[in-house]
Amino acid sequence: MTRIDQLFSTLRESGRKALMPFITAGDPDAAFTGDLLATLAEHGCDLIEVGIPYSDPIADGPVIQASYTRALDRGIRLDDIFEAVGRVAPRIPVPLVAMCSYAIVHRVGPERFIERAKSAGFSGAIVPDLMADEAGPLAAAGRERDFDLIQLVTPTTPRDRALRIAEVSRGFLYYVSVTGITGERSSLPPELADNVRWMRERTGLPICVGFGIATEDHVRTLAPVADGLIVGSALVRRIADASVRPRTEVLDEVGRFVDRLRAALDERPSEPRQCH
Amino acid sequence: MSNPTPEGLLARSLAQGPDAAGRFGPFGGRYVPETLHRALAELESAYDDATRDPVFQAELDALLHSFVGRPSPIYFARRLTGLAGGAQIWFKREDLNHTGAHKINNTIGQALLTLRMGKTRVIAETGAGQHGVATATACAHFGLPCVVYMGEEDVRRQAPNVFSMNLLGAEVRPVTSGSRTLRDAINEAMRDWMASVDHTHYILGSVVGPHPFPRIVRDFQSVIGREARAQSLEQFGRLPDLVVACVGGGSNAAGMFHAFINDPTVRLVGVEAGGRGSAPGDHAAPLSFGVEGVLHGSYSYVMQDADGQTCDVHSISAGLDYPGVGPEHAYWKSTGRVEYTHCGDRPALDAFDRTARGEGILPALESSHAIAKALELAASRGPRDIVLVCLSGRGDKDASEIARLRAARDGAR
Repeated sequence: MTRIDQLFSTLRESGRKALMPFITAGDPDAAFTGDLLATLAEHGCDLIEVGIPYSDPIADGPVIQASYTRALDRGIRLDDIFEAVGRVAPRIPVPLVAMCSYAIVHRVGPERFIERAKSAGFSGAIVPDLMADEAGPLAAAGRERDFDLIQLVTPTTPRDRALRIAEVSRGFLYYVSVTGITGERSSLPPELADNVRWMRERTGLPICVGFGIATEDHVRTLAPVADGLIVGSALVRRIADASVRPRTEVLDEVGRFVDRLRAALDERPSEPRQCH
Repeated sequence: MSNPTPEGLLARSLAQGPDAAGRFGPFGGRYVPETLHRALAELESAYDDATRDPVFQAELDALLHSFVGRPSPIYFARRLTGLAGGAQIWFKREDLNHTGAHKINNTIGQALLTLRMGKTRVIAETGAGQHGVATATACAHFGLPCVVYMGEEDVRRQAPNVFSMNLLGAEVRPVTSGSRTLRDAINEAMRDWMASVDHTHYILGSVVGPHPFPRIVRDFQSVIGREARAQSLEQFGRLPDLVVACVGGGSNAAGMFHAFINDPTVRLVGVEAGGRGSAPGDHAAPLSFGVEGVLHGSYSYVMQDADGQTCDVHSISAGLDYPGVGPEHAYWKSTGRVEYTHCGDRPALDAFDRTARGEGILPALESSHAIAKALELAASRGPRDIVLVCLSGRGDKDASEIARLRAARDGAR
């Protein structure tokens, strides 16, 4: 059982749902990333996705693209990221997952990438441009090392394919909420909750929903049907000016935002809500 | 000149790859987000059906004839031949196509596929603007709305093509991210497609991207080589000794080389953009100086740093200013069937001048790279040898950029 398996097993026993923030490593620098990881864990996050900046992200909207650009423009290297995460990881009580383009994984070499990520303290990885069809070798290398390779399904994935993807995903299944790129949405697709429920009835794997989730209302709507919710752009936007503002102020604001999401996630609605 | 049967086209395509996973040897594949899987699978299946459908092939052939103006002639460049003082230099005149470049061979084909798949909107990326104009043209012809993504830097240096696209009813969206060139335009088009994939077809303009694009674009461009091969047999009574084409993403070269791949006597040379020199950032020549890696959905050669981040590249030619290259070229390099070399900004500009003044043809700056290399290679061969260059496009679009470069150079003196 990996650390991610343990997390979801504990959460399911207690009937709780995972709050899973996404942040960009090295935005604006590696030291801040360390502080941010600590803040997120202190404020009740259950798992943290750490985005490895990439020069040509196809699945990301303007907010995350800009965060990648800020980090890369300051010259951050993969070594710096692994080193910074490795320094704080022993003090972070929640699993860390790397979000990383296959361009980077391939360049480093799949096995070496996993080994370096693992020794930095990552429990798994999401490689958003590596579909299940191409993921065999990396997934196998991950299994040998108890390192979870998390697969994604999307609204365009046919249901039979989604079930096959769920079979090969490890840790959890990343359910992409919208057909499109990352970024805050004012409303989520009305059929989303039903689709997640359909999937959840057919796999034992925890299902976590991401893309577009930005508000407490989104969280309340999806909490009953998912095992975890991923919040990226809404958080990254709040960090965007961390290089020109007092860092404690930024961390405080992040803490308050996460507290609100946590509270919304832990509410027990009396009846199912409609998406809006 | 006879056209191959649709069955023949498919058989030839399959015989030379890619395999079912979209691989040319180890190169190619499909490295894109899951969101695009269904659309790529649909495209693959629609294309397979189309290649077996004589009606599709007939419609394509008819449009290539009456709308594009095919076949394009081959032309003896007499004064350039004299200048090189060696082998005969011939041009395959893709510059004479409607819209002035080879790009339209692909956009007409993919626009027909768009209709076949029942999609109602088209997006495209463009570097030099030739693919953008060719896509806008095909969309105007079929009444499809069209959005073209173009890097801000390319909007500046290829302004005439931006006007043309607007006149043809397309919306040009300048891309301000990254290096603001072709690579960023592809990123932005992919992101649009991520959200619009249910009703939009992405007409990718080169033999790059995820499977099945490298195969589809190569097949639609392979009309260049099929014609050139038949024209050679007809006019020379034999095949050319040397075939030269420029390589950015590599679509005109793939289309030109494909028909000659199984002709061992024909030497094939692809010419990348050598820019200002061999240092990283000074050129756009991944097959010459790059590494094997992943960019824009396929595994090929790419200019990449040790972390896998794509490097900025440079060429005076917007159409060659790209850090990646089509996976089939990577495969041809690995098998040694095609030689890849590079030509710098300066010799390309010289070749532009020589072709303009010597032949009365303004070649595209992209094609000027191939002409420069052809002049060099022809010089060391005998007068009976035939060097056939793919003149992939005309250079009207480059006139103002060349004037600007000249003014800068003269000012520096």
